[in-house]
Amino acid sequence: MSAEQILIWGGGIMYEFKYHKASSLDEAQSLKTNTADGIYLAGGQTLIPTFKQRLAAPSDVIDLAGIEELRGISTSGSVLSIGAMTLHAEVAASTEVRDSIPALAVLAGLIGDAQVRNRGTIGGSVANSDPAADYPAAVVTLNSSVITTQRTIVGTEFFQGLFETALTEGELITRLEFTVPDRCAYAKFPNPASRYAVVGVMIAEYSGKIQVGVTGAAGCAFRALALEDALNSDASSAAIDAVHIDVENFNSDMHASAEYRAQLVRVMAKRALAAL
Amino acid sequence: MKISVTVNGVDEELEITPNALLADVIRDQLYLSGTHIGCDTSQCGACTVHLNGMAVKACTVLAAQVDGQAVTTIEGIGSPADLHPMQAAFKEHHALQCGFCTPGMIMRGIDLVNNSEVLDEAAIREGLEGNICRCTGYHNIVKAMFNAALEMAPGKTTEQEVV
Repeated sequence: MSAEQILIWGGGIMYEFKYHKASSLDEAQSLKTNTADGIYLAGGQTLIPTFKQRLAAPSDVIDLAGIEELRGISTSGSVLSIGAMTLHAEVAASTEVRDSIPALAVLAGLIGDAQVRNRGTIGGSVANSDPAADYPAAVVTLNSSVITTQRTIVGTEFFQGLFETALTEGELITRLEFTVPDRCAYAKFPNPASRYAVVGVMIAEYSGKIQVGVTGAAGCAFRALALEDALNSDASSAAIDAVHIDVENFNSDMHASAEYRAQLVRVMAKRALAAL
Repeated sequence: MKISVTVNGVDEELEITPNALLADVIRDQLYLSGTHIGCDTSQCGACTVHLNGMAVKACTVLAAQVDGQAVTTIEGIGSPADLHPMQAAFKEHHALQCGFCTPGMIMRGIDLVNNSEVLDEAAIREGLEGNICRCTGYHNIVKAMFNAALEMAPGKTTEQEVV
């Protein structure tokens, strides 16, 4: 390594790319189409570390931060709508979110740390489909829609695997729509260093029907149908204990074995139920 | 590429590479070496600066992203003769040992006081999740932040004293 490389260690570690700040969705999509290997940049709290680890080498970075229509939170009837570039800190502090789905504000306030929440965005998190991200639990649980530049994707059909989503090349999330439940709670066991969810469980109730979403446990967030069946016949802690958690597709890593994650699913479900 | 950015109240026109990090531009182009790079993996918080008044990790922001915006670093909040209340509280309560994490701690502390609704010991400890100190055990840092909050925003504190 040359002396010059050492001097520019921080920034110089990244591959070179061109940077564009799109001012409209059309411009962003056109840049994506017309660049060799362009990539969208939302808040950058995952993507920039990925660049620094040289795990991505895009030809062009297309920053979405200048697109005004991607920001903002509103409610209409029973639907809470959050623009894709809305910051985690904004969701956590939003009166509209706290009044409609307080558990979602709580969830946003548990992501990473304050500095990360001041940069990270809901659309970026959802599009990334990190298996340990928090928002995906809400997307699968809260009768949600992922609105993109091309279509509306049902929340339960959005996540397809480890970092895999229903998004097609160039398609951008513009906003998330959540149906306000009668009751909702989120419980998370954070990794003590990263604050990512080792396991996070969201429970919501719609007209007497309980829905349970899990993140952190498997390749992507999913609805825990066995837990839902059990809780819909007996909404009790004992009912959760009696459910067999299938660990076949569960993650097993240095932080937790699949079996440990299964136990955490039960415990987080109990905590969410108690907080409902 | 060129960016225009206001740093500590001064308008700067900078020639940068698109892949330059804000932390490196602050240190190596503007020679403001108070912003420290500890881990370079977004975890330690030593590089915390304010971007439009909100604390961010400058090692996880591209300099290109801050074009047209306002950055405040540790050099922009006070001077040796006129310390910011957060700096004065760190001095008063001996909230540092080696001092490496201190600029980030102080920038986060100011942001915490300015952008929190309620501040008690628990809120401060939780608010420090993104800043790591390897010397102090945090206690004096929490104490300093609480006492700075008493001066900066007395209405937000809910306890009289962190002991």
